[in-house]
Amino acid sequence: MNDATQFALEQRVAEQHRHHGKAQFFWVWGALLVMTGFEVYLGYQNMEPVRMLSILMGLSLLKAGLIIAYFMHMKFELSRMKWLTMSSLLVCLSLMCIFFPDAYRIIHLGVK
Amino acid sequence: MSDVAVQHGVATGVYEPSLFGTYSKKIGMWLFLLSDSLTFGALLFAYSYGRISTPNWPTPFHSESIRNATLMTAFLLTSSLTMVLAVRAAVFGNAKAQRWWLLATMACGTAFVILHGREWSKLIAEGLTLPMFPAVPGHEAAAEYKNVAETVPQFPATFFGLTGMHMLHVTLGVVYLGIVALRKKFIPILLGLWLVAWLATPAYSPFHYGAHLLLLTAVVAGIVLWLRPKVYDSADVEVAGLYWHFVDLVWMFIFPLVYLMSTRIIRS
Repeated sequence: MNDATQFALEQRVAEQHRHHGKAQFFWVWGALLVMTGFEVYLGYQNMEPVRMLSILMGLSLLKAGLIIAYFMHMKFELSRMKWLTMSSLLVCLSLMCIFFPDAYRIIHLGVK
Repeated sequence: MSDVAVQHGVATGVYEPSLFGTYSKKIGMWLFLLSDSLTFGALLFAYSYGRISTPNWPTPFHSESIRNATLMTAFLLTSSLTMVLAVRAAVFGNAKAQRWWLLATMACGTAFVILHGREWSKLIAEGLTLPMFPAVPGHEAAAEYKNVAETVPQFPATFFGLTGMHMLHVTLGVVYLGIVALRKKFIPILLGLWLVAWLATPAYSPFHYGAHLLLLTAVVAGIVLWLRPKVYDSADVEVAGLYWHFVDLVWMFIFPLVYLMSTRIIRS
């Protein structure tokens, strides 16, 4: 990459950051701490495991979304960058769910 | 289209702009993080698989462990805040603030590793251990943990595998930030940390041998800095920040899945 292109990209990055006040980072940090506190509270509520897991994973996804969007600046990237990275990640991770029916088979049907 | 782009490049010396509107180092780091997320995804799915397929999955974590893990989470979240402030300072060209925020991030990361190390040592001493870990001399294993390790060996295997991989990432992240913040000056500090970690941990502790990782990173960092000495710019700080936030992000899944879903609730 030559100097002009590098400079232009750095300018763009600098421009992005200039649009962020510090305040929004503190808001995101506070929201993450509050959600963590709520998760810990839920941990002691003796809920049904599946229900608790659903709520905890929902909160974790929300926290991950905030970290990726604000701390990792994905919110300010081009939409093709957002779609390519996030969709490929989701597809690959979703494919791993293919193993779960087998885990259920073991517990419900026993090992044959 | 490519022909036009090539001719344009030859004529003016300007390359075609990045398809993703950002610099290649950042795209490279994103690609690495995507591949690394599949590593952690596989470990998390393996843990979940073990849990679903094992009747009577243990819930061994008392309130002390949960408090410790919550504190560790708070340290990691705070380190992400200090990291993003370091990136901001770097973009504005404030080198002094950038260095201090990076050092604050490293301090939070180090606190996380120390707290996690203490948690591991406590669990191992109480009997929640792996066959590869040496027995702790003069310490009676708690029947509860010993029972878990013997009847559901999947639990300690997945627990130590998953959290160990994460601890490794945090440790490497601290070294990475140290190199970006202090460059060559960090090498003697790293060697000092290696000596302290090696000499301060007892011979039966897994951290006694794990400390040699710091020596290895010092050698690798020394070679990198010798081959390509440079002043790290805002792009380098931002790329290091991506790695650090990823480590934080992964913990957002490990904490609820491993700790909170295995909380021992005692009703009076």
